Amino acid sequence: MSALLEVNGLARHYPVKKGVLLQKQVGTVRAVDGVSFAVNRGETLALVGESGCGKSTTARLVLRLIEPSAGSIRFDGQDVTRVDGAAMRSLRRRIQIVFQDPYASLNPRLTVGDAIAEPMQVHNIGNAASRRAKVQELLRLVGLAPFHAERYPHEFSGGQRQRIGIARALSVEPDLVVCDEPVSALDVSIQAQVVNLMKDLQARLGLSYLFIAHDLAVVKHMADRVAVMYLGRIMEIGDKRSLFRDPRHPYTRALLSAIPHPDPSRRGKVVPLGGDVPSPMNIPPGCRFHTRCPFAQERCRQEEPALRDIVPSHAAACHFAESLPDPGLNYAGGLSEAASRRLALFASARQRAA
Amino acid sequence: MNDSELLRIEGLRTTFQTSAGLVRAVDGIDLSVKRGRTLGIVGESGCGKSMLSLSIMRLVPPPGRISDGRVLLEGRDLLTLSNAEMRQVRGGQIAMIFQEPMTSLNPVHTVGKQITEAMRVHSPKSSPSQLRDEAIAALKRVRIPAPERRFDEYPHQLSGGMRQRVMIAMALACRPRLLIADEPTTALDVTVQAQILDLLRELQAETGMSIILITHDLGVVAEMADEVAVLYAGKVAERAPARALFEDPQHPYTLGLLGSVPRLDEERDRLLAIDGTVPPPFAFPAGCRFHPRCPFSIGPCTSGQPPLRELAPGHEAACIRAPVEASLALEDAA
Repeated sequence: MSALLEVNGLARHYPVKKGVLLQKQVGTVRAVDGVSFAVNRGETLALVGESGCGKSTTARLVLRLIEPSAGSIRFDGQDVTRVDGAAMRSLRRRIQIVFQDPYASLNPRLTVGDAIAEPMQVHNIGNAASRRAKVQELLRLVGLAPFHAERYPHEFSGGQRQRIGIARALSVEPDLVVCDEPVSALDVSIQAQVVNLMKDLQARLGLSYLFIAHDLAVVKHMADRVAVMYLGRIMEIGDKRSLFRDPRHPYTRALLSAIPHPDPSRRGKVVPLGGDVPSPMNIPPGCRFHTRCPFAQERCRQEEPALRDIVPSHAAACHFAESLPDPGLNYAGGLSEAASRRLALFASARQRAA
Repeated sequence: MNDSELLRIEGLRTTFQTSAGLVRAVDGIDLSVKRGRTLGIVGESGCGKSMLSLSIMRLVPPPGRISDGRVLLEGRDLLTLSNAEMRQVRGGQIAMIFQEPMTSLNPVHTVGKQITEAMRVHSPKSSPSQLRDEAIAALKRVRIPAPERRFDEYPHQLSGGMRQRVMIAMALACRPRLLIADEPTTALDVTVQAQILDLLRELQAETGMSIILITHDLGVVAEMADEVAVLYAGKVAERAPARALFEDPQHPYTLGLLGSVPRLDEERDRLLAIDGTVPPPFAFPAGCRFHPRCPFSIGPCTSGQPPLRELAPGHEAACIRAPVEASLALEDAA
């Protein structure tokens, strides 16, 4: 299977300048600092990390909303960073984005129908009548009704607006949808609706997703493969199953153990990671995670570990990935018997009602 | 009121007179918080959880007003206090921290100035150097490294986690009996969230304070709370000890929430979502407020509002269908 998107050694550095007239460069923010990954057709790759790790910058680089400082981005064989003019426009049609904030990403003065039709207009697809028909079809596809096309964004709830954002991204029939924290701003019950919708659409339309998120539990649900970023680099990347079952990087383990489980019997088992994320202007030498790593040794302070395969299709950037102690992650347990039984009743009653 | 109770809320109602009609943001809520324990309040946006905490503090923004009920702190009804007395309670016996530590800190004053401000109000006789020492001790208590240096820094020089620590230091400066934490970790990264939750637990063990933890995250509740109240549309849907709520969830809304949370310990093809959205408070449906979204609703659910019913000791749910398996079995038999 050939990759739809291939990213190699991608970097984006921002100079930091000081002075009013004679500006001197006093430092560099290395927001994305040498990232490589691939997204296959029909799959979801999740980019996970905490704020400031460079995941959103990576998304914008892939869309070429900003220019990279180094590295290459190949989409369906074409180098995204080199093309321009008509070729770039046609690429833009094939890569779309869904943003985090459904309140800010819709123009309040456009009706929902116009907002969804706008990308088709920009790319000269169809005529007014066919676009109107397509809008109706898209609204139904994302679980809204055709009459919603006449309404304005303020008349919708957050979850509905996110559905509109998705319909708009799909209007030009893209191959790849970059989703930048698409469910983080939503309430859990609505988040579940949107996550289910995105999975359904992927199955129906064969979409590929580059899914940017900070919530590993959502990622476990959405993704086929996961890349964990820290300070502009990928620390670990691999198949979802392998990565969640047997995380090989101390940072991935820390992220996983920090997630509070909806289960009070497992309370207080977390040993939180100390300290804060260092500034991307001042990335620590050697392994960039060593300042917070409980297993750091002299070698980690000197030598930057390369991202290397630990098992097939699962790589980690840690000198000691093979010899780390058992992380003691225990996902077993799940819901109690009474809770699962009632949830099953809830699900079947809901299906009957629908 | 028994001895172990610090705060008791009875029939609390907060309403807003608007052009669209009377909005019942908090609609007859009864709750109690035990000494040294944590009450978790869970619900989605618009369920009234923040308005509940503002009502306890008597900080409801106009045109809202507390129209009914009692808020008893160690037996004293806060709703009958004068404004001057209430000012002594706020920051003195009850303190509050919020979701967004950057917007709740003043960007033009140093951290030290903001911490000592509250201390000055509550102990006006202390000298500036005494206040400084106390503030540095407070920063140390929330495990801020180099507190002497941080005292003179501005909020923008701190990370999100550090800012929340400063907020907690300010809240605890006057040794409150009750801390109301309104989504204290929602804006933070998971690793920082784990640090802050850990800190709150340690501080509670040290000081014996009670905590009301308001959150939408069932994971955070499971991690922190002793008792939990699930709110929906201004009312308590279910109330139980934390373990019982997760092991024996009764109200269909609680079930829906539990099913919506993606879990690390289970893999399901589809999350169990709740259909529809929380109704806006000026358009609450008649009858049980959850009934339009509830897959178990039957005729009677659309008329009378179900009262809280005790299903096990200390475990109450406001649902005529709970426990659902029993009422479904009855229906099948009929």
